[in-house]
Amino acid sequence: MDLAFSPEERAFRDEVRSFIADNYPPELRGKQDEGEELGKEDMLSWHRVLARKGWVAPAWPKEYGGPGWNATQRYIFSEELARADTIPVLPFGINMVGPVIYTFGTPEQKARFLPRILSGDDWWCQGYSEPGAGSDLASLRTRAERQGDHYIVNGQKTWTTLAQHADWGFFLVRTDPAAKPQEGISFLLIDMKTPGVTVRPIITLGGEHEVNEVWLENVKVPVENRVFEENKGWTCAKFLLAHERTGIAGVARSKRGIERLKAIARVEVDDDGQPLLMNPFFRRKVADLECDLTALEFTELRTLAGEAAGRGPGPESSLLKVKGTEIQQRITELVLEAVGHYGAPYFRAFPEGSNEYPIGPAHAHRAAPTYFNMRKTSIYGGSNEIQRNIIAKMVLGL
Amino acid sequence: MDFSFTETQGMLRDSLARYLRERYDFDTRQKMLALEGGRDPAVWKALAEELGILGAGFPEAHGGLGGGPVEHMVIMEELGRAIAVEPYLDTCIVGGGALLAAGGDHAETLIPAIIAGEVIIGFAWAEARSRYNPARIATRASADGSGWTLDGDKAVVIAGPYATHYLVTARTAGNPGDRDGVSLFLVGAGTAGISRRDYPTVDGWMASELHFERANVGPHALLGREGKALPLVEELIDRATAATCAEAAGTMRRLHELTLDYARQRVQFGQPISRFQVIQHRLVDMLMEVEQAVSMTYQATLRLDLPAAERARAVSQAKAKIAKGARFLGQAAIQTHGGIGITNELAAGHYFKRLTMLESRFGDQDHHLARLEALMLAEAA
Ligand SMILES: Cc1cc2nc3c(=O)[nH]c(=O)nc-3n(C[C@H](O)[C@H](O)[C@H](O)COP(=O)(O)OP(=O)(O)OC[C@H]3O[C@@H](n4cnc5c(N)ncnc54)[C@H](O)[C@@H]3O)c2cc1C
Repeated sequence: MDLAFSPEERAFRDEVRSFIADNYPPELRGKQDEGEELGKEDMLSWHRVLARKGWVAPAWPKEYGGPGWNATQRYIFSEELARADTIPVLPFGINMVGPVIYTFGTPEQKARFLPRILSGDDWWCQGYSEPGAGSDLASLRTRAERQGDHYIVNGQKTWTTLAQHADWGFFLVRTDPAAKPQEGISFLLIDMKTPGVTVRPIITLGGEHEVNEVWLENVKVPVENRVFEENKGWTCAKFLLAHERTGIAGVARSKRGIERLKAIARVEVDDDGQPLLMNPFFRRKVADLECDLTALEFTELRTLAGEAAGRGPGPESSLLKVKGTEIQQRITELVLEAVGHYGAPYFRAFPEGSNEYPIGPAHAHRAAPTYFNMRKTSIYGGSNEIQRNIIAKMVLGL
Repeated sequence: MDFSFTETQGMLRDSLARYLRERYDFDTRQKMLALEGGRDPAVWKALAEELGILGAGFPEAHGGLGGGPVEHMVIMEELGRAIAVEPYLDTCIVGGGALLAAGGDHAETLIPAIIAGEVIIGFAWAEARSRYNPARIATRASADGSGWTLDGDKAVVIAGPYATHYLVTARTAGNPGDRDGVSLFLVGAGTAGISRRDYPTVDGWMASELHFERANVGPHALLGREGKALPLVEELIDRATAATCAEAAGTMRRLHELTLDYARQRVQFGQPISRFQVIQHRLVDMLMEVEQAVSMTYQATLRLDLPAAERARAVSQAKAKIAKGARFLGQAAIQTHGGIGITNELAAGHYFKRLTMLESRFGDQDHHLARLEALMLAEAA
């Protein structure tokens, strides 16, 4: 057992660090500092920089365009990204459908989709959940009927993140209504420009347009866009869920979040006019949170070490998800507490002709909306109750 | 001991509850928030004229109904249930309380106008660097031949955009944090030298930042004694805090009901999610928080007229407990709703947002626990 990085690992870390410093888009930095909402091109700009360097998909095998890093290098890389407070790379292509395609797809599918996922030319969205099928995903009802060399798809998906920008979506659809729920599902790739696909916004608590309803009416999808066998889509879905959960701990991001919290608590004052970080109540809560984060970090490192030794991400990733999201939520609670009265004012955008918010300190503007928004993390990606059910069943054998 | 309500109090609750149920349902509220100005002034008018409840807490001598803290509590609970954006606390409890304490001409003219719905008062006590300490203010008031002049800034004045008057704390002596030197002023909103920046809040209210620049508020604006107003300000804040507890209790009760209804009808894995034991226990824990919030609200309300230290303890215990319970209940409600809980479509999300703001209104849990510790130490000394 050894915690120190080797000289090679340190050199790698320095390389990553200076690459980010030299190449992170400055206009993105500005918008992040101002708490401005990021548009599609903003979100893609950093993706493209990483893609050109060959670093956008750290976990992909080299043959498909990954950098060929080991688990430690991937860990260092994600630490450095968070340390530099870069925007996250969108997961839907890189972490989700990409691995499904290179694991289960045909050579034609790999050649057609993987390069455009890496380059950012195609924006992907995830069409799993339905109004009636959330935690119980296998009860999904969107129907795909085979007609010759096409499927005709009808149904409704919901909570589809950033579908308003998407070029493609990966969908779970029912191809055999007679089979047991898990056994009649197929995994389809759908061009979002196909006639019959309608995307409608859902506005969330902070006023964001982040999720959507996706309606599918007689959407014609070529059979060649099905990944893996017909009625075997659940296999892809289960594989993908495991991938979705790794990295969901968000340790590095939470570290950054705690740094930000401390910076805020250094300038906000308590009832006696002392910096909040000097206030024993508040300081203790931050210390407590840091303990939780260290515990999570080392649990994740143990999981990574297990993976490096050939054990795939198992049900332990559920633990990372639960604890990781609790910590992410706790950070937003403390930020909201820290800003006091200025948690209340609400602004969707800068006033016309101005590039600053007129009220209160800049760090306070998103405090409440972010707190509201982050409630999602214990709901999506398999709710924290479902994760506990998984641990109970798979780890404890209950 | 008696926790029952009088017949009049019962009627007060029933008539307000009926009005809010029939005319202030969630969809109507959302439409009102979208109006120019962020509210429908007709509601305030109806509370004054149709229901005649704005005088509930004023003595009959002033044209009121002769009630007190319990009437305020009843009204605030119902407003909380409907997450109504009506400035009853600010106008009738805080503003009215200040006028009653000060007495004199102001009380003679303004209290009837409050009861008639013509006067709305915004409470300007907080500042950018005051946090929850009413003594840590920097706004200054100085006297010259023509009366008082105010200079400084006030933060997040609820109802600021449409208030006719502001109740303003300012220093006539000393430095931020000093107990001495705080004075209380009642000023007309249109006074020259007061400028305003208005904005919506995350929970659907309207508020303002106030800037006072050589604002001459005349010789009669001072309420109470110059430089000695802090005890009165603290009392007003305690009354406001107890009212906030009542409001939070009403909001919590309703959010619990909404969550229970949702859990009963939401089916996953072939059964209502209310069948899952983890959901049942959570709904039970939420109920326990509702009941304790109500208990703590009674406790604080019934002790508002005790001497300052006892009043402070009662109120801070209530608010500390409710701040914590409100956070738990709000988060639990959203979690139980799943994805639909984080949308603006359902009422639950709006109750959650309001509850989050109530958590820290007039001091968060830390503030009130610190106050309780200080009281404990003072007693031990
Ligand atoms: C911001 C956001 C983004 C999302 N993005 C996407 C996306 O891009 N693509 C996509 O397909 N989906 C997406 N989702 C959907 C997400 O996966 C679902 O919200 C999630 O699966 C929960 O389903 P539900 O919302 O229907 O809640 P429900 O399943 O109705 O759950 C309601 C409550 O019941 C609990 N519960 C349910 N079953 C059990 C049980 N057996 N035991 C104990 N408790 C239980 C849940 O934990 C929860 O607390 C997103 C959701 C959110 C909030």
